[in-house]
Amino acid sequence: MEHLRAINQKADRVRAYTEAPSTEIDALDVEALESRPPDPAGPHIPLGCSLVFAPGWEVDSSGGTAGLCQPVERDLFDCHLACFWPAQVPDQLNHAPDWTGKCAAAQKDWRKIDLVFP
Amino acid sequence: MNAGQTALLAQREFHPFEAGGETFVYLVPSAAVFHLDDPSRAVLQALDQGPTDEHGLVASLEGPFGASAVRSSIAELTRVQAIGPATAPKDVVPRVLPQAGFPLTTMVLNVTNKCNLACTYCYEYGEDKIVDTTCDTAPAYMSEETARQSVDFMFDQSGPLPMAHLTFFGGETLLNFKVLKKTLAYARERATALGKELDVSLTTNATLLREEVIEWLADNDVGVTISIDGPKETQDKFRVFKNGMGTYEYVLPKIKQLLERHRSRPIGARVTLTRQTLDATRIFHHLRNEVGFWEVGFAPVTTADGRGYAIEDTGFDQMLGQFEELAQEFLEYAVEDRHHGFSNVRDTLEEIHKGVSKAFPCGAGLGLMGVATDGDVALCHRFAGSDDHSVGSVQHGLDRQRQFEFLGKHHVANKTDCNSCWARPLCAGGCYHEAHVRYGDTGKANLHYCDWIRSWTDTCLKVYGEIAVRNPAFLKKFEA
Repeated sequence: MEHLRAINQKADRVRAYTEAPSTEIDALDVEALESRPPDPAGPHIPLGCSLVFAPGWEVDSSGGTAGLCQPVERDLFDCHLACFWPAQVPDQLNHAPDWTGKCAAAQKDWRKIDLVFP
Repeated sequence: MNAGQTALLAQREFHPFEAGGETFVYLVPSAAVFHLDDPSRAVLQALDQGPTDEHGLVASLEGPFGASAVRSSIAELTRVQAIGPATAPKDVVPRVLPQAGFPLTTMVLNVTNKCNLACTYCYEYGEDKIVDTTCDTAPAYMSEETARQSVDFMFDQSGPLPMAHLTFFGGETLLNFKVLKKTLAYARERATALGKELDVSLTTNATLLREEVIEWLADNDVGVTISIDGPKETQDKFRVFKNGMGTYEYVLPKIKQLLERHRSRPIGARVTLTRQTLDATRIFHHLRNEVGFWEVGFAPVTTADGRGYAIEDTGFDQMLGQFEELAQEFLEYAVEDRHHGFSNVRDTLEEIHKGVSKAFPCGAGLGLMGVATDGDVALCHRFAGSDDHSVGSVQHGLDRQRQFEFLGKHHVANKTDCNSCWARPLCAGGCYHEAHVRYGDTGKANLHYCDWIRSWTDTCLKVYGEIAVRNPAFLKKFEA
């Protein structure tokens, strides 16, 4: 590394980890109900996204059924953030940047997401 | 659908700080500390304004730094996860529990639950006690047999570890001196038989440091921590005999005698700060320089809200100001390679240097356990004797099921409030006992001192960074 200098012992381990050959790094990504190896070339498609197999919900994007039913809070984050799907959520760029400020982890904190009044 | 999937980059979780004229980042949750050069700092700062793509960053920063430096800075910051794709989900705290059979490193033996003092704020006898020590069925003094069983339990649970730490605690520990002596002799004998090392320490209020006791402590290489609140005016405020008489005049000559005779181990003072005794700098200088303790550590009193001695908001600010003053002193000492003795900052610097990222706030119920006078094993010495917080007994062994239920419930991943706090690698929600006293639930995060912890952690990071700039060799001391 040229721009970052490891100061503490953990930073040194992080540096060593990032410089290790990629075959040694366990880069498994966990998505929804299943885990599968990430496809580095492809786009990020949340499991169960209905656009993958129009008309939709017979199978999920991995060809199975495990990912079909998604919790509503996942729609909030995955559809409108990752896919720019026009979910009915407040405008977080201009109008309500702190809308999900109290929601640290969607599975637990979705009740803390409040209404936004114009 | 993924038309909007541009390579927008955003900041991930970290805490930036300046020290010694340089810029550093404390990464969360890895707890890595990196120094930033000018281009990498500029990239991070540019992302303060919100997500930007790589082209945008290069275009705005190539003037002063050149495009390739900006690009490589972006790559490095991405690799250590200081920045990442704006669309990437937030890191979820991995809820990994320790493996079964996790070895015990430290056992705290409450050899008695009696005390010869009547400190008003005491968590064991005061208003916030959790065990009914007056009507309890547990014996007031631990028997020799229970103490021996405890030692066997400790070695048994220490598994493959080459060293076991045994700490005697109370009540007032030295009220049961007879059992202490026999237990230590037995523990040493067992350690030799098992080929393990044994480290022994105790905590005392110093009232019973007779010559015989001091000789025994010195001869047996016992680490000693003295509970003392400072000079006369602060010590005598709460640390009193049962007739209300202050203890300062009584303990001072005994402490001096101990410090003079017992030279093989550093002797520390442990101070409880209250609303009425908040003068940390004065207390520190008195105990360190005038009395001669090697180290002085402070803890704010554990109390339910609204008690007369509870530290309130302005008190926390005052305490922070004084801690910062002492931390600055520590820094100047460290730059000159000298020992200072403010253990709060020393302990935090060590954790920062190692890059500790905690799943649990402390070792209670994990590598550390407390044993009550009847042999019940509790999460730590503060819970010793409480049936609600028992995880077995030295006679019948550990209740692994209860231990794992406890660990499962208290993992930092369960503390929602902590999940968005940058100080969580070091704090992890704070003391279980404090949370129990304050909120009636050991699993709650100690929200009443979050701001304080963040400010204090920031101070320690700055001290750490400045030492890294001015005397990096000093940090090697923490690698032992």
